[in-house]
Amino acid sequence: MKISTFFYTLWQGVRSLFKNGWYSLASIATISACLFLFGAFFAVVYNVQNILYTAEEAVSLTVFFNEDVSDTRIEEIGQMIDGRVEVSSVVYNDDDAIWAEFGPAYFGEDYAEGFPENPLAGENNYEVFLSDVSMQDALVTWLNSLPEVRKVNYSEVTANTLTGMNKLIAYVSIAIIVILLAVSIFLISNTVRVGISVRSEEISIMKYVGATDFFVRAPFVLEGMLIGLLGAVVPLVLIYEVYGYVIDYITNRFATLSSMLNFVPLDSIFKYLMPACLIVGVGIGFIGSMTTVHKHLRV
Amino acid sequence: MAIKDKKALKREEFIDEHGLIFLDNVSMKYPEQGVPAVDNISLRIDRGEFVFITGDSGSGKSTMIKLLLRELVATSGTVYVNGYNTKKLRHGQVSKFRRSLGVVFQDFRLLRDRNVYENVAFAQRIIEVPSKEMRRNVPNILSMVGLAGKYKSDVKKLSGGEQQRVALARALINKPAILLADEPTGNLDPNNSWEIMNLLDEINEQGTTVIVVTHSPEIVNAMKKRVVTMRKGIIISDEEEGFYINED
Repeated sequence: MKISTFFYTLWQGVRSLFKNGWYSLASIATISACLFLFGAFFAVVYNVQNILYTAEEAVSLTVFFNEDVSDTRIEEIGQMIDGRVEVSSVVYNDDDAIWAEFGPAYFGEDYAEGFPENPLAGENNYEVFLSDVSMQDALVTWLNSLPEVRKVNYSEVTANTLTGMNKLIAYVSIAIIVILLAVSIFLISNTVRVGISVRSEEISIMKYVGATDFFVRAPFVLEGMLIGLLGAVVPLVLIYEVYGYVIDYITNRFATLSSMLNFVPLDSIFKYLMPACLIVGVGIGFIGSMTTVHKHLRV
Repeated sequence: MAIKDKKALKREEFIDEHGLIFLDNVSMKYPEQGVPAVDNISLRIDRGEFVFITGDSGSGKSTMIKLLLRELVATSGTVYVNGYNTKKLRHGQVSKFRRSLGVVFQDFRLLRDRNVYENVAFAQRIIEVPSKEMRRNVPNILSMVGLAGKYKSDVKKLSGGEQQRVALARALINKPAILLADEPTGNLDPNNSWEIMNLLDEINEQGTTVIVVTHSPEIVNAMKKRVVTMRKGIIISDEEEGFYINED
């Protein structure tokens, strides 16, 4: 193909976008509306999951040891716990440090007077934070199997509730995102199809004159891709502009919850949302126009 | 000799032997119809001929044009156009084949969103004629069809006769061996009809084979050209300097 032909088809695609102004506008609006819904829902789900993840990170269990276990062994066990995949961090609590923290809190500054010896002696422990709360049971079982471990304190209800919520939100959001995507794909490809179908005569004229399939198809496909691109950029810009305001509003309106609500920064959302919207928009524009033109090429 | 040249030479030899258009026992039956639209017809048209194909509605003349354009493939028999066996053409080869034909339709079939120049130049763009050459060729062909001053005009604003001239210019710009005109005067008043027919005659005198499908007795009878008359899918008459045969 000559360079002049390449630029000609490119120009025809862009020209056609403006020539069919109302159709282009309607298509861009449809794509934008679909992808905005998809993007907004994605942002909500991502934030809910982030809040849950933050809550999960705060869940910990405490491991106590038998009195006769040496400090070296406790340290070894600490390293073994830290090495497990489900563990995000391990904090060692020395019994003297615990008494120094809790003594003044419960008995005042002269707490040591009534207790010549540390009443919490032998309560050295590890506070274990999980990276995946759903694996708490497995970790507890393993810890209990160690002969040096006297007791493991943990909340089964918290872990189960968080795991259940996480699963529920994951399934529901996947289902909704799939439905939204399917609806978007259907609406967008239909819009592209209708736009091209009304120009089927134009395609047949080109074919009668002897134009190759590529020559006929290229401007339409380019037009479809441009419509898809613009349809994806509009909701991305909207979400980019609106996200900050919504976060500010929620944080101010529900100030009491602000410590629990850990919102995801816009950059993190856009890391996934931008390629997804662009791929869906441009991809559907490409596939929709390609298949529709193909139907009319059999002249 | 390159394979391309060998094929072209073979086509030339075939044309010399069998004619520019050669229909060999051709039948075309649409799946939804009981009777064939074209029923076992044979026809030969040589280089430089001017042929009218006439007949009433349902006679099979539109199907014949579609067969010649390779819009349809014959159910049986073989259609040769310009040395190409249309049955053997793959989908990708059809575009190249059609470039050897010029086509004019009753409803003009112009690209409505482009001006006169762009409509005519489009035929050159698809064969990748350099822009410089195109800028020379398009005004030449437009002046030949009498539209020299209208190359910037919006085709939607032209009269029927002018639109048909644009279509004619588009059909001729690549110097096709054959010009197929399907009811070219069907949407035109008598004056414009005669102007178009005179143009077609001039084009034929310059060496292009012209095939006109029409059901206008006035034009057929006045032009004194070869007339092929079809009825119910068969050729009932084929005469040099013939006349229009009415059904009754």
